Amino acid sequence: MRKTDSTPELPATTTDGMGGTVALEVNSPVDAPVGEKAKAFVGRSPGQLAWLRLKRDRTAKVSAITLLVLVVIALLSPVIEKLRGIAPTQPFTDKLNDYAMPLGYAGGMNGTHWLGLEPGNGRDILMQLVYGMRTSLLIAFAAAIVASAIGVLIGIVAGYARGWLDTAINWVIDLTLAFPFLIFALAIIPIVEDNFYGERDAIPASFRVILIIATFALFSWTYTARLVRGQVIALREREFVEAARAAGANTGHILFRQLLPNIWAPILVTLSLNVPAFITTEAALAFVNIGVIEPTPDLGRMIFNSIQYVASDPWYTLWPGLTIFILVLAFNLLGDSLRDALDPKSTR
Amino acid sequence: MTETLVQEPGTEPVGPSRPAGEPLLVVEDLTKHFPVRSGMFGKTGLVRAVDGVSFSVRAGETLGLVGESGCGKTTTGRMLVRLLDSTSGKITFEGKDITHAKGGGLRQLRQDMQIIFQDPYASLNPRHTVGRIVAMPLQVNGINPPGGVKKRVQELLELVGLNPEHYNRYPHEFSGGQRQRIGVARALALRPKIIVADEPVSALDVSIQAQVINLLRELQRELDLAFVFIAHDLAVVRHFCQRIGVMYLGKMVEIGDRETIYERPAHPYTRALLSAVPDVTKMGASGRIRLEGDVPTPLNPPSGCRFRTRCWKAQEVCASEEPPLTVKSNGTVAACHFPEDGAIK
Ligand SMILES: Nc1ncnc2c1ncn2[C@@H]1O[C@H](COP(=O)(O)OP(=O)(O)O)[C@@H](O)[C@H]1O
Ligand code: SF4
Ligand SMILES: [Mg+2]
Repeated sequence: MRKTDSTPELPATTTDGMGGTVALEVNSPVDAPVGEKAKAFVGRSPGQLAWLRLKRDRTAKVSAITLLVLVVIALLSPVIEKLRGIAPTQPFTDKLNDYAMPLGYAGGMNGTHWLGLEPGNGRDILMQLVYGMRTSLLIAFAAAIVASAIGVLIGIVAGYARGWLDTAINWVIDLTLAFPFLIFALAIIPIVEDNFYGERDAIPASFRVILIIATFALFSWTYTARLVRGQVIALREREFVEAARAAGANTGHILFRQLLPNIWAPILVTLSLNVPAFITTEAALAFVNIGVIEPTPDLGRMIFNSIQYVASDPWYTLWPGLTIFILVLAFNLLGDSLRDALDPKSTR
Repeated sequence: MTETLVQEPGTEPVGPSRPAGEPLLVVEDLTKHFPVRSGMFGKTGLVRAVDGVSFSVRAGETLGLVGESGCGKTTTGRMLVRLLDSTSGKITFEGKDITHAKGGGLRQLRQDMQIIFQDPYASLNPRHTVGRIVAMPLQVNGINPPGGVKKRVQELLELVGLNPEHYNRYPHEFSGGQRQRIGVARALALRPKIIVADEPVSALDVSIQAQVINLLRELQRELDLAFVFIAHDLAVVRHFCQRIGVMYLGKMVEIGDRETIYERPAHPYTRALLSAVPDVTKMGASGRIRLEGDVPTPLNPPSGCRFRTRCWKAQEVCASEEPPLTVKSNGTVAACHFPEDGAIK
């Protein structure tokens, strides 16, 4: 039998082979006791522990289920279109009265048009909503992921580089943070589009979507970069990093294998909190005329269009408003729960 | 526990390939100065963390580096394994000057020299399994041992007295002593010739210290490892090191074999350190030396002998002339104008 960590250790006195005996006493037969907590969690990674904590959090559960349902609905929008046989852009002008307001009660709600019709062009609100949610989520997720990826890369380099590179990156971060986002977006989006398309050309909706994602990412990587830089600076002197260097690891291994796994938690939290921020900002873009263009459905533009009818048909404003409210609230609550679950103090 | 040790038959040349007695590691006049900013106007100062240290270690030999906290032991250790670049001086390993080794040469060197750290909590990546931690040196060097990485990792875990089935666990599931064993397994993964152990037991409970030291001693003998064992007092290295170097404020003040250092050291500072060892019973309470005052700052060390501000034997010459390291009558090499003579009382 070889000795293991659970069998008694070496005898208390061993001759040292140099004429003496080891004077230091061995009191406990087993190595230092493993704490109660560690025992309860045997075999679980820090990530698994966070997952367990998250699962116990009721707010997190409710928000996660809500989001899951909404995301699935958004992803299934083409299927819903098929099932209901109503396209989002299909105009039901015959169901509008002479003032272009939907016939019937509560904005034209009935068995066919569950959430009624849009005043003016007579489109089905439910289909606009479902597809609009897809647009919002796509933009918010894509922008959040791109922003995080840029932020992580730049933050890691800045944190590990020290010296002039760190200074230069910090300077760029400060500069970016000093820019007023909306004014910059107002200026840059038309300029870029002018560069790609002539005055008469119709700008494809997908181009505007990509432009919005790029603008968001361009402005939001800084938070992640700052955070990651701080984390890397805190970790780079840790001895496990030194151990990797002493074993001959290159910079890539140290950055991505040693450091990155330790900063996933804050990255995930900023990412999950960036999404709702982008959803609201994206909606606001419609109000300054740089949002998603027709015919792509968009929640922000729905609200913007509905404002002129709010007195005569408040339902038109209510549905997209409520959808954004629920999305943002659920994302924020989930992000907060995630932060609590990943709290490094309780994983060490 | 020798059968399935690190040395597998046929994978390493049998017997020592170097002539006996030739030093494995030679350190000459090593210095490390850290420029630091202090004050509002960015006045720069120089921390003389290590200021001209020389010693050598033979293959399979254990050298202890002892001194109070802040005297430059860690800095020296890190320079040896090239985690820090020296300000000046020369490090020779197996006859080759490695002071400025880079690239492939440095990678090769890193397989021969490894380090064990003081803090068993900071030295293991909390997000990696034990298996991944111990396999890391193999992985970064692209080594695929016969039988596979997992088998090798389990052998190493067994070698350091851990359950090889635990390779899938995370560091937070282990105690301090077990974590330090994981660090030892990682250091052994590349079959180094020399290990720098930077206060490997200082952060552990006293009862566990003995277990870890016993483990290191067994490994040292079985694997014919050379050790530079760093400690802040003379108690810990007593049964581990054949030779001991005593450092004070960035300088080596005395270096000699274990018996002489413990029985009749020449330097007053060594005697002071020795009287703090609990079981040097020959020294009664009256004979105990209590050092007065604090260690001076390495930003502005005292002139002449650096120990003079706390030395009870200091004379004028100690302030004006730096005592050279010379062989003293007891057989050690020490730096003192008025060396002590004879056995400790
Ligand atoms: N990176 C650094 N910058 C400035 N001073 C340092 C640095 N590292 C160590 N020092 C200083 O060098 C001296 C020696 O430190 P160290 O080698 O850690 O001592 P020891 O390990 O013996 O306790 C200390 O005064 C410490 O403050
Ligand atoms: S040189 Fe002088 S001050 Fe320094 S240790 Fe010797 S006696 Fe003390
Ligand atoms: Mg130290």
